Amino acid sequence: MTDLTQSNLTQEQVRERIESRLASRHRKEKIFRGFGIASIAFGILAVVVLFTDIISKGSSAFVQTDIELNVTYDPAVLGIDSVDDESLAWANFDAVIRNALRERFPEVSGRRDKRELYSLVSNGAGFELRERLQQNPALLGKSETLWFNADDDVDTYVKSLSKSEEGFLGRTSEQKAEWIKSLLATGELEKRFNTTFFTNGDSREPEQAGIRAALMGSLFTLLVTLALSFPIGVAAAIYLEEFAPKNRWTDLIEVNINNLAAVPSIVFGLLGLAIFINFFELPRSAPLVGGLVLTLMTLPTIIISSRAALKSVPPSIREAAMGMGASRMQVVLHHVLPLAMPGMLTGAIIGMAQALGETAPLLMIGMVAFIVDVPHGITDPSTVLPVQIFLWADSPERAFVERTSAAIMVLLAVLITMNTCAVWLRKKLERRW
Amino acid sequence: MTSMTLNAGAAVPAQDKPNSATDLSNKPATESTSVKTQEDIAETVGSPFCDEAKLRMRNVNVFYGESQAIHDVSLDIGRNQVVAMIGPSGCGKSTFLRCLNRMNDTIEGCRVEGDLTLDGEAIYGPKVDVVPLRARVGMVFQKPNPFPKSIYDNVAYGPKIHGIASRRAELDEIVENSLRRAGLWNEVKDRLDKPGTGLSGGQQQRLCIARAIAVSPEVILMDEPCSALDPIATARIEELIHELRENYTIAIVTHSMQQAARVSQRTAYFHLGKLVEVNDTETVFTNPEHDLTEAYITGRFG
Repeated sequence: MTDLTQSNLTQEQVRERIESRLASRHRKEKIFRGFGIASIAFGILAVVVLFTDIISKGSSAFVQTDIELNVTYDPAVLGIDSVDDESLAWANFDAVIRNALRERFPEVSGRRDKRELYSLVSNGAGFELRERLQQNPALLGKSETLWFNADDDVDTYVKSLSKSEEGFLGRTSEQKAEWIKSLLATGELEKRFNTTFFTNGDSREPEQAGIRAALMGSLFTLLVTLALSFPIGVAAAIYLEEFAPKNRWTDLIEVNINNLAAVPSIVFGLLGLAIFINFFELPRSAPLVGGLVLTLMTLPTIIISSRAALKSVPPSIREAAMGMGASRMQVVLHHVLPLAMPGMLTGAIIGMAQALGETAPLLMIGMVAFIVDVPHGITDPSTVLPVQIFLWADSPERAFVERTSAAIMVLLAVLITMNTCAVWLRKKLERRW
Repeated sequence: MTSMTLNAGAAVPAQDKPNSATDLSNKPATESTSVKTQEDIAETVGSPFCDEAKLRMRNVNVFYGESQAIHDVSLDIGRNQVVAMIGPSGCGKSTFLRCLNRMNDTIEGCRVEGDLTLDGEAIYGPKVDVVPLRARVGMVFQKPNPFPKSIYDNVAYGPKIHGIASRRAELDEIVENSLRRAGLWNEVKDRLDKPGTGLSGGQQQRLCIARAIAVSPEVILMDEPCSALDPIATARIEELIHELRENYTIAIVTHSMQQAARVSQRTAYFHLGKLVEVNDTETVFTNPEHDLTEAYITGRFG
């Protein structure tokens, strides 16, 4: 029965006091909200800057300067008289390209100038010709007009022309620039969609370098990681959350899992090197080992998020099922797991995304190698996207700058796709209660 | 309140508690209603035992870790009888109810002592499998908790996991019968494939009852089944309890004394983990033996 009368304040006084504080309360709220908006704006700005930078640098890598040449499959030049595997292996296709270039620029003479001329075309052009002849043996002795990748210096120069009148010459000589301009004028030099970037593995020559090998390597590595870490992680989480007695041992395990989640990933790489490669003698640079190492790294994440998902299932559902006489396994499989699945999947995909972007542990197990061939299985030597980005970022050629950004774009695209899948799966599996 | 099978006179067997009669007669007479400590509740008064006991509990003690929640409770629940358990919050009535189908097993650190038998078989025996036990002793919870599945699947779940129905038609029949007996069939027969969580609170609770009776249990435990429902839904559930009594033995925990008076034949009053008084419902509410019971039902505390 004690009220305001005790403090000797009339209702009016009380109201006055409240009103005097009101302005400052509203001000504080506004400041608080302002902080929230400011931090979101900062985040958006950072993302926009990042994306603009990457896209502006990398989008040009999706086109490549190609050069049109009229090549003749002259048996004399090639030094072969029939098309078979053996003769194709040592046939001189480069000479065919050189002849074609000399035909186009007959005025060029002198060793030096000729070498300059030959460097207009990528030195991978000979391999393209070989492949073409291998598929169509009837072409021997005939001639045709084909598009070849231009050399990366040419590519860089042509792309820089669109930005400024002068263009970036770099390693391109004035004379070469003249040739390029004349070829551009006649339409024999053209920027075309860069299929090489998506079909090739790594190369020393930027115009022949692609991300296919790294993409496949990432895919195989992630497959191994997912196939191992999701079932193991979910099983561990279910056991710890639903079956394990709560005692000192399970507390210890829990603390250790949380600690493992914070261990620097390079340590897992060292562990993988010592155990999987040195002790079990698994092949180095292989997605199998990469996947095993990344499994170790993502397991804590998956276990923690799965446990959180299991914890969030209302206990009333468990009680209801148990009250019906369901065994513990039935309670888990029929009721708890379906309700926890969206959360578990989200956790797993976040773990996978983390694994996709991981570089350090893979360096330790040799996935930093220079991989030209596209891997076809989990034991083939391969590299992964982030490592490929790291390798290209290290390369001196200017054309690798845009390829680095382009590879980042591909990596981000994969990440965004995975996250979209996560959101979609969660929406699809989510059940309300 | 027609078919009361209990025998008030022979309720406290002399061989079990030789001194109880004298203790009981003295305490309530001398002490006032301020008696609220555990030490003051010496023995259960009234008639905790009955002849045709479905469930027989003797000297039950329940501990949560170090603290004791139930002190030496002995009680019989007769066949086809509705026994209401009332008492202030935290008096242990829900804990006691959950001992009857071993739902307390799932609570970490919970320990149950004493003899509990269902038709003479020990509930806490070392070889007892809780799965068939819970099929025999069904439970309805305080908050309606249908599974986030269709209405049909909710009711069919029990028969499915216990393998009761061998054919789809048989299962359909069980589902229909259970929903009919729960008084829900007419409301949901056109939307059996709709989620059970989309029903109203009262309908959900009747669905939970239908789910419980779908496995034909012998005993149904109800833990404040109407506490989250409005008066109309409550009335429906109470009607249902009346009907269910013909086939099932029911133990119901309730905070509503009117409800206890309406649905039960016998009422047990719990206080601070002890069973204070058990009598037929009419006696408890009209002429309670123990003055704690009287204080509670007249609203002087609780």
